[in-house]
Amino acid sequence: MVEWTECERATIKDIFAKLDYDSVGPAALSRCLVVYPWTQRYFSKFGNLYNAAAIMGNPNVAKHGKIILHDLERGVKNMDNLKETYADLSVLHSEKLHVDPDNFKLISDCLTIVVAAQMGKTFTGEVQAALQKFLAVVVSSLGRQYH
Amino acid sequence: MGPARQAAMLSKKEKELIADIWESLTPVAEDIGADALLRMFASYPGTKTYFSHLDISPRSAHLLSHGKKIVLAIAEGAQDIGQLTVTLAPLQTLHAYQLRIDPTNFKLFSHCMLVALACHMGEDFTPVAHAAMDKYLSAFAAVLSEKYR
Repeated sequence: MVEWTECERATIKDIFAKLDYDSVGPAALSRCLVVYPWTQRYFSKFGNLYNAAAIMGNPNVAKHGKIILHDLERGVKNMDNLKETYADLSVLHSEKLHVDPDNFKLISDCLTIVVAAQMGKTFTGEVQAALQKFLAVVVSSLGRQYH
Repeated sequence: MGPARQAAMLSKKEKELIADIWESLTPVAEDIGADALLRMFASYPGTKTYFSHLDISPRSAHLLSHGKKIVLAIAEGAQDIGQLTVTLAPLQTLHAYQLRIDPTNFKLFSHCMLVALACHMGEDFTPVAHAAMDKYLSAFAAVLSEKYR
């Protein structure tokens, strides 16, 4: 069971309360596809991913980015129950989508960078540590049902 | 893959972009460096074990001077990425025989450096800049650990 301090809980809720999901989600996913181009292998049906500009302007990427962020919100609301919260998504990513779970860390790092760029100086080392802890548990939960 | 190959994976444009960014950061080297170090200590407490002989509290003289040293080395390497192995030769020896920092930590520091850059540069830390910087820092770390074994 993951232990959260009051400070960590408050920090996570605060971060997500201030995020514009509809811009952060697309920014994080498109950044992942640009910085780690091999992740594009899972998005062959998304259309033009030919270069950074195409990726960042791709409506399918944007749409999927929003879905990811809204799914993260579920985790924020269920911080004491992340394994159960993401069990179904874990099965989906393993059995249907066949996504290498190492990729979850890549998009989680990109999300951290996007949030950092938005929050600037208020994204202190402590805030970063809390967000990374949260994302690490989400990543672990998403990989949990692979076998 | 050898570090020279890694450096070669950067396009001419990427090398210019990286050189420009680090040149612009040289005046604030100690702030960026100290910020990256503090982030690393907060997220990865095991990294503090390499600094037990220093005062690494925020804004301490040790932290600022150490952060500055690291950023200036990274900035120097960025001015001629093709020559990284030559530029970093003394630091290679230092890290291999004296400091002996486990190379996994270079990845942790690089990540925190990317976060520090994002905080500092905001929107200017574009996905393309991020990709180039990630590649450069990976190449830098690889060269640094070349003499380990």
